[in-house]
Amino acid sequence: MRFVCRAAALRRPVLVIAMVLAFGVMKLPTERALFVQHRQLHFRDVEFNLDLREKIGQLGFIAALSGFRSIVADALYIQAHVAWERTEWGRVLLLFRQITTLQPRAILFWDMAAWHMAWNASVAAMNDQTQPRLALRVKAQREYFALGKDFLERGIKNNPEKPQLYDALARLYKEKYEDHASAFEFYAKAAVLPGAWSYEKRFAAYELSYCEGREREAYERLRQLYDAGKNERLPTLITRLKFLEQKLNIPNEQRIPENAH
Amino acid sequence: MSNETAAIHRHRSFSLARVFAITTNTLTELTRLKVFYILLIFALLLIGSSVFMARLTFQQEFQILKDVSLGAMSIFTSLLAIIATARLIPQDIEDRTVYTILAKPVPRFEYIVGKLTGVLLLLSISMLVMSAMFLAVLYLREQTVLHETLRQMSAAPREQIDDALRAIRSSALNIDILPGIVIIYLKACLLAALTLFVSTFATTNIFTIVVMVVIYFIGHLQATAREYWLQEHSTGWMTRAFLALVALIFPDLQTFNLVDDIVVGAAIPLGLVAKTVVLGVFYTTIYTFLAAFVFYGKEL
Repeated sequence: MRFVCRAAALRRPVLVIAMVLAFGVMKLPTERALFVQHRQLHFRDVEFNLDLREKIGQLGFIAALSGFRSIVADALYIQAHVAWERTEWGRVLLLFRQITTLQPRAILFWDMAAWHMAWNASVAAMNDQTQPRLALRVKAQREYFALGKDFLERGIKNNPEKPQLYDALARLYKEKYEDHASAFEFYAKAAVLPGAWSYEKRFAAYELSYCEGREREAYERLRQLYDAGKNERLPTLITRLKFLEQKLNIPNEQRIPENAH
Repeated sequence: MSNETAAIHRHRSFSLARVFAITTNTLTELTRLKVFYILLIFALLLIGSSVFMARLTFQQEFQILKDVSLGAMSIFTSLLAIIATARLIPQDIEDRTVYTILAKPVPRFEYIVGKLTGVLLLLSISMLVMSAMFLAVLYLREQTVLHETLRQMSAAPREQIDDALRAIRSSALNIDILPGIVIIYLKACLLAALTLFVSTFATTNIFTIVVMVVIYFIGHLQATAREYWLQEHSTGWMTRAFLALVALIFPDLQTFNLVDDIVVGAAIPLGLVAKTVVLGVFYTTIYTFLAAFVFYGKEL
């Protein structure tokens, strides 16, 4: 009799467990489909592994695991901002590596990381009074340029459809490496992406005009922009166009007017 | 026909009026607990972060404002859902209110539905207030930045002004924030229903809260366990059985974490939002039914 009573008492919990498992089987296909769709859209693109755990510490890792990845990234970003104000470049680099690992889809973080490395830290390295040897200062500066470039290249890999990072990389090639061919390549890539700034095409043509052996191509691009209307006829464009007309010996009747503006 | 027989005939097995009465009672009870103080903390957080962000550029400011606000909304609604729901049944048993209610012809299912609806209403009010505060702050900051930019660039060519304004608008308010808020609310509803289910067999509300915290963490890892179980075939059967149990028992809470991607400007397809909403409603309904089923068998 006691056994029968116990069996009856156990019947409901067993039924509940069975229902939970049955519900689990029912929800599985939808959960998987959503997971696959998230992956296709590059959502949740963060690998939670030991490497990340070491980078962001135990508390940060737990918070990131609990769905507060963006808040952890922001907290680290604020720390990076403070480290930048104190010119602690090593710490800035470390923090930005953590931030970009947590939020690889945030353009702002890649852009800021590259800017701090290639513009701020590189200048600080060049002006470092504690290092008397110029060669070592130049070496350090070059290393910071490379770090900035690396951030932008990885940012582009994670966000190939956003024009901002192509633009930033083109600027870095132009201003820091004076590599006009690469600058042209990335301005041109940015120009064809949706949401690109209106100047990308123009900047691509400017950079091409500095490339030895590609003057004809540059001239055609600049001329096309000039013919597009008054909005494109900016002083730099006219100066570069006139320079190329001279260099390529363009017949006078095909040249832009002398007083063009 | 006597009055008593007529009353029995009039009594319906499910009555929205009875559920409504329990709902309003639950909401009043929860409101008296001063849970809305959480909204004050939210407002302070918004103001505090705005003060700090005055030092940043507008892109940084908007991104951090969105991250902090949506993250705080997610934390506060999840906490509210768990803590407010965990105390409902144990408190009613302790106060003996449950005996007064169930002694009347109120089915236990109605009692459970009424209690849960009360919590969901509380969550809706909190969510609406927090969303309104957040959107108002974001809108005001966007307008301020737009005016400042227009003033500073008054001499610049039209094309440059348009580009700058476009950049500001695209990094501030965008329509994708709204599905993000809806999904945060759905996650809170799911947690409330699951907490109610756990509280039907728990003896104290502390136990319910501890169990829910554990479920919260495991729920965020469930997708990893599920994918490992379904894709990795080289592991031992014990590991696979454990992973299968995790995948089947716990909800996938990462599915409801679209906010991290929304704040960085990712567009969320309508189909994905719809599927997530359906899954959230499905979870909430099932857990409510399970809670009612266990509550029917509970000896009071």
